[in-house]
Amino acid sequence: MKARQVLVPLAAVAIFLVLWEALVWVMGWPNYRMASPSDLIPAYEKYWNLFLVMGWQTLWRTVAGLILAVIFGTALGMIMGFSRTMRDALYPLLVGFNAIPKATVVPIVALMFVGWHDFNTVLIAFIISFFPIAVSVSIGLSTLEPEYRDILRSLGASQSTIFWKIALPKTLPEFFGALKVAVTLAFIGTNLMEIVSPHGRGLGALFDSGKTNSDYPLMFAVLIALAFLGIVLYYVVVALEKTFAGWADRTV
Amino acid sequence: MDNLIDIRGVRHAYSTASGPLPVLDGLDVQVPEGGFVAVVGPSGCGKSTLTRLVAGLLIPDAGEVSVHGKRITGPRSNVGMAFQNPVLLEWRTILDNVLLPLEIVPTKLTKAQAAERARKLLSLVGLDGFEGKRPSELSGGMKQRASLCRALIHSPEVLILDEPFGALDAFTREDLWQIMHRVKAEEPFTGVLITHDLRESIFLADQVVVLSGRPARTQFVLDIPDTGVRTLDHLYTPEAVAMLNTLRHQIEVAQGRAPAGQPA
Repeated sequence: MKARQVLVPLAAVAIFLVLWEALVWVMGWPNYRMASPSDLIPAYEKYWNLFLVMGWQTLWRTVAGLILAVIFGTALGMIMGFSRTMRDALYPLLVGFNAIPKATVVPIVALMFVGWHDFNTVLIAFIISFFPIAVSVSIGLSTLEPEYRDILRSLGASQSTIFWKIALPKTLPEFFGALKVAVTLAFIGTNLMEIVSPHGRGLGALFDSGKTNSDYPLMFAVLIALAFLGIVLYYVVVALEKTFAGWADRTV
Repeated sequence: MDNLIDIRGVRHAYSTASGPLPVLDGLDVQVPEGGFVAVVGPSGCGKSTLTRLVAGLLIPDAGEVSVHGKRITGPRSNVGMAFQNPVLLEWRTILDNVLLPLEIVPTKLTKAQAAERARKLLSLVGLDGFEGKRPSELSGGMKQRASLCRALIHSPEVLILDEPFGALDAFTREDLWQIMHRVKAEEPFTGVLITHDLRESIFLADQVVVLSGRPARTQFVLDIPDTGVRTLDHLYTPEAVAMLNTLRHQIEVAQGRAPAGQPA
């Protein structure tokens, strides 16, 4: 059972790499068209130190943005979930804000806080990822069946007791669903900023330097590194979900 | 006053977009200590509003709701509730679900004593061995039994049952009726049962109150004679059939489909 869970995804990755290699080889594409997995190994060897340093920069800034998004998104979702008035007031604002393509916000923020690399990157990761969290928490709270409240209210429980004992745990499955979406969004935010920001940091800056130097294998190597970080973070969320909302899984 | 629950001349209206919507007007229900009153009436006549009044979740516009001679002004901890929807918390085991009220209500029981009491209640309703299961692993009838244990764990003065068996199939329902009698014998309570099922009302309660259509008032009260231990066979005696006919007629009157007066 355990072995299957590890081996099957690994086999899928291996097959993907083989197909990729084969595609480039059969089509006879040069590196500037598409690098093949075998070209990536020298790129990793040459820049291994940079990958470690910049990968860490990307990772911690994404996580910092996510943590902020969780705190702010949950608070906003609670306000909208408990108050009809606030929901009516905030939804149009929130939807309008979310409709703005974040790619257009990135250069504005980059200029606004030019040189504050960590700050503007975390800010974009946060801005891009709080929306699904706020919406899911608000929907989770506003759709709580009145009987759940009544069971505790009839015993004289306070609003905050009802929130901690019932509303919050009941919202967790929706919350984790949103967090999985937020993880990938936060990565997009971080990288957009790292690529756009002049003299930026992180894997996005490494990608940009690969572009400047026409080092195509390096660019592809960065993409794979980003995918790897994304997978790691996603599974961290899955592990958290298993711990805190495992009860909601009915497939076992 | 020897009535534990005393509802007199209660009037209540909900405010809606198109003005106030009166749901109760002239409601009288009295339940003596240890009594079990069933409330029946047409759909949407305000039966659930009645439970919220007794639970203190709602204060009536006029009239009086008192428990033990004390007027109700808000929620008190001495009420147990069970609904058609068992509303068990999916992330807790059955045992922890049953123990939930004791986390809110002040109790003299130690943790071990509370767990012991919860186990005893679960065994009383036939759920031995299910303490560690999650609600998702139980059938509808079992969930409802667990919900009943949760309503009783803190030995409430008043048990409010709002159509607790309404969503169950007929056989499971009859099972639960018999379990209710067993529970009442072991864990005496004063109860109000809201139901749509006339057979259920005469099988479980010692008094049946028929409400009129909206706005509801007390239209008819039927006392069920005490015949000792009740079995399902009692539902097929001529006395029971006569009571059912009377009640059915009263419901038709409440729905406005039959003139008042005795059936032919």
